[in-house]
Amino acid sequence: MTAGTLTMPELLRPAVRKPEVSPAFAVRIETVDLDFFYGKVQALFDVSLAVPEKSVTALIGPSGCGKSTYLRTLNRMNDLIPDTRVEGKVLLDGEDLYASGVDVVALRRRVGLVFQKSNPFPKSIFDNVAYGLKINGIGRKLELPERVEHALVRAALWDEVKDRLRAPALSLSGGQQQRLCIARALAVEPEVLLMDEPASALDPIATQKIEELIYELKTAFTIVIVTHNMQQAARVSDRTAFFMMGRLIEYDRTDKIFTNPGQKVTEDYITGRFG
Amino acid sequence: MSRNRRRRIASALFAGACGASVLLALVPLALILLYLLQKGIGALEWSFLFNNPKPVGEPGGGFANAIVGTLVLIGLAATFAVPIGVITGLYVAEYRGSRFASLVRFAADALNGVPSIVVGIFAYSVAVLPVRRFSALAGGFALGVMMLPIIARTTEELLRLVPETLRDGALALGASRAKAAWSVVLPAALPGILTGILVALARVAGETAPLLFTAFGNRFFSTRLDQPIAALTVQIYTYAVSPYEDWHRQAWAGAFLLVVVVLALSVIARLATRRLERMHGA
Repeated sequence: MTAGTLTMPELLRPAVRKPEVSPAFAVRIETVDLDFFYGKVQALFDVSLAVPEKSVTALIGPSGCGKSTYLRTLNRMNDLIPDTRVEGKVLLDGEDLYASGVDVVALRRRVGLVFQKSNPFPKSIFDNVAYGLKINGIGRKLELPERVEHALVRAALWDEVKDRLRAPALSLSGGQQQRLCIARALAVEPEVLLMDEPASALDPIATQKIEELIYELKTAFTIVIVTHNMQQAARVSDRTAFFMMGRLIEYDRTDKIFTNPGQKVTEDYITGRFG
Repeated sequence: MSRNRRRRIASALFAGACGASVLLALVPLALILLYLLQKGIGALEWSFLFNNPKPVGEPGGGFANAIVGTLVLIGLAATFAVPIGVITGLYVAEYRGSRFASLVRFAADALNGVPSIVVGIFAYSVAVLPVRRFSALAGGFALGVMMLPIIARTTEELLRLVPETLRDGALALGASRAKAAWSVVLPAALPGILTGILVALARVAGETAPLLFTAFGNRFFSTRLDQPIAALTVQIYTYAVSPYEDWHRQAWAGAFLLVVVVLALSVIARLATRRLERMHGA
C-alpha cells in the first residue's frame, strides 16, 4: 500500500466518536526527565510526559521499548524488582511519588493497575472486588456490598455475575476475569488507572467489551494504557505516546499521531513497516 | 516403515517397563497389608478396638488406650508444629533471596535428616528431664519436632508455585507485602499445604523411637497430657517382644490398624485437596 491511496483514518476509524481534547488540559500525572535502570541497563531515557485527567493516554511502541516499564513507574510497581533505580520525577497532582516519605501502599491505592493477564484471586467474585476495600479499611460491612456492586456495574460485569457473586472468580471466562480485575481496581476509587495490555490475551469480542469499558471509564478516571495493538490505541485513546528504545519519540493527540505523525519513525511504526 | 515400527516397539517397551515398575512398587504395600491381616486377623474384633489391655491370659484385651493415645499425640504434635511450620515456610518463600532464608531452608533439611531416635533423646532432655516425668506433652513435642521441617518445606514449595501475578495483583491494590502473603498467596496454596500437613501427620503417626522415652507408653487408658500415654507403635513393640502368643497376635492386629490409619490419613488428604481445589475453581 502506498501512502495516499488508503488513508489511515479509514483504516483506523474509531469504534466510538472521541471528543477533542483541548490543548490546554489539566494534568493528573506526569513525568519529568524520567530515567529508569535495571541494574546497569538503562531502560528509559529522559521521558517527560503529561497525562491529562479524565482521558485515555495510550503508550505504543515495539516490544522492549520501555512502555510497560514506564507504566509501572507510575505506581512504583517496579520497586518490587530488585536492583532497579529511578531518576527524575513522577508527579501525581504535582506531588513527587519517589520523594522520600511517600507511602507506597497508599500510592498504589490512588494509582491502580490492571495486568496483561487477568489475575483474579482464588476467591469468590465478591471477595475479589471487596479485597482492595477490606485491606484499606474502607467499606464498613454495611456499605461493602453496595460498593462491590457499584464497581461491578462500572466494569460492565454486574449483569453477568449478580446471581453468583459467591461463585469462584476462576469460574468466569477470560474476558469476564479481566473485567473482574478492572472492577477490583475500580472499587478502591483510584485517581489514575494503569492498564498493561489489558486485552492482549482476549478474543475480539471480549476485547471490544474492554474497549467500550475504557471509553466509559474515562468520564470518571484518568487512564493510561499500554497496547501492542495500534488499532486499539486509535480506537480508545485521546492521546498517544510512541516509545522506542527507551525514549519517548512522539506524544500528541491520537488523531494527529495516526494521521499526521511528526516523526518519520512514528509513521513507519504505525503503518507497520516495522514492529 | 521400519523406523515407524521400531518407534512403536520402543514405545511399547517403555510403557511396559513403566507399568511393571508401578506394579512392583505396589507389591510391597499389598504384601504388607495381606501379611498383617493374615497374622492379626485372630485378634481383630470389636473388643480390640474398644477395650483396654487386660492381664495376660484374660480374653478380650484391646488397644483402645493406644488408639486414643496416638490420636492425642499427633494432635499435640500438630498443634505445635503446624503454626510454626507454616509460618516458617511462608517466611522462607517470601524472602527466598535472602541469606537467612537459605539458612533456614538448610536447617529444615538438616532437621528432616536427623534420626528419629535422636529427636527422641532431644525431647527427653528438654521436656522429660526437667520435670522428671514422661508425659504425653513430651511425646507430642518429639513428634512435632519431626513434623516441623516437613511442614515448613512443603509450605515453602507450594507457596513458590503460586503465580507471582497474584501477589502483584494484591500489591497493586495497596496491600502491604505481609498482607498480600497472608491474604492472597497463602490461601491460594492452602489445599496443598493441608495435604502436606496430613501427610506429615501420617508419617509421624508411625514413629516409635521418639516416643520410647518421652510418651513412654501406658498400660492404662489415659488422656492426661502430663502423664505417660500409650501409643500404637510403642504398644506394638512392647507386645511384639513379649513372650505371650496372645500378645503377639494383638501386636499384628495393632500393626494392621496402624497401617490402615496411616493409609486413611493419606486418602483423606487426597480427597480434601480435591474438594478444596474444586471450591477454588481451579
